[in-house]
Amino acid sequence: MNAPKNILLMSRRAPYGSSAARDLLDIALTCSVFEQSVALLLLDDGVLQLLTNQDPQVIQQKNLNSLQSSLSLYDIEQIYVDADALTHHGIRHSELHLPVTLLNKVEISQLIANSDVVLTV
Amino acid sequence: MIFTVVVHASPCQNAAPESALRFCKALLSAGHTLHRVFFYRDGVFNGNQLISSPPDELNTMRAWQALAEEHSIDLVICIAAAIRRGVLDSTEAKRYEQNQTNLAEKFNLSGLGQLVEACILSDRVITFGGQG
Repeated sequence: MNAPKNILLMSRRAPYGSSAARDLLDIALTCSVFEQSVALLLLDDGVLQLLTNQDPQVIQQKNLNSLQSSLSLYDIEQIYVDADALTHHGIRHSELHLPVTLLNKVEISQLIANSDVVLTV
Repeated sequence: MIFTVVVHASPCQNAAPESALRFCKALLSAGHTLHRVFFYRDGVFNGNQLISSPPDELNTMRAWQALAEEHSIDLVICIAAAIRRGVLDSTEAKRYEQNQTNLAEKFNLSGLGQLVEACILSDRVITFGGQG
């Protein structure tokens, strides 16, 4: 059995405008089933995926927040957010649905460099 | 070195699948191993057997088939993404009560586990058509 890999999943897409957010979470859950160490990194519009109190039912979409809430059950707790993107969108840390770690540009580079596999969606 | 290539984009509208093909050929000719090509999101359209290109244009689906034939490459299409987009083999067509199938030969439908397994076993995983 190989040692678990550090798999980093990155997204810069807003929720609901495309399937990116859901597709990313599907990979994350599968990584966890295979007992890999998985981290999520949300950049640019991707930080909007984590806004709390989403109400996508009016556009016939499933609520991402409920799927996000299940991440901790899969031991997925490394969730990183681009601090500049939050500022750009005027979002406060407290408005995010999950506990996250804010990273600056240098820290983002280090996170990517320290990951064994980086998958983008 | 062992590589896995991930394709997220459909052919015709996007150059990513053709870039992925060229990358696969380059790594194989350099003596590396290609563990798997995994098609996710709109990438599943690469396995649509009904793609009918003009004769003077590259048919990406057939190019993947030729690559798989020549080098015994594992071409895996994400089953959940494929069913949503109507790329079905006979088993799934039956399951979803469709009377047509269109999954091209050499491509196989399987789960995201095949992507994660490939990440575990490969030295390098390269995504084409990702938006990250």
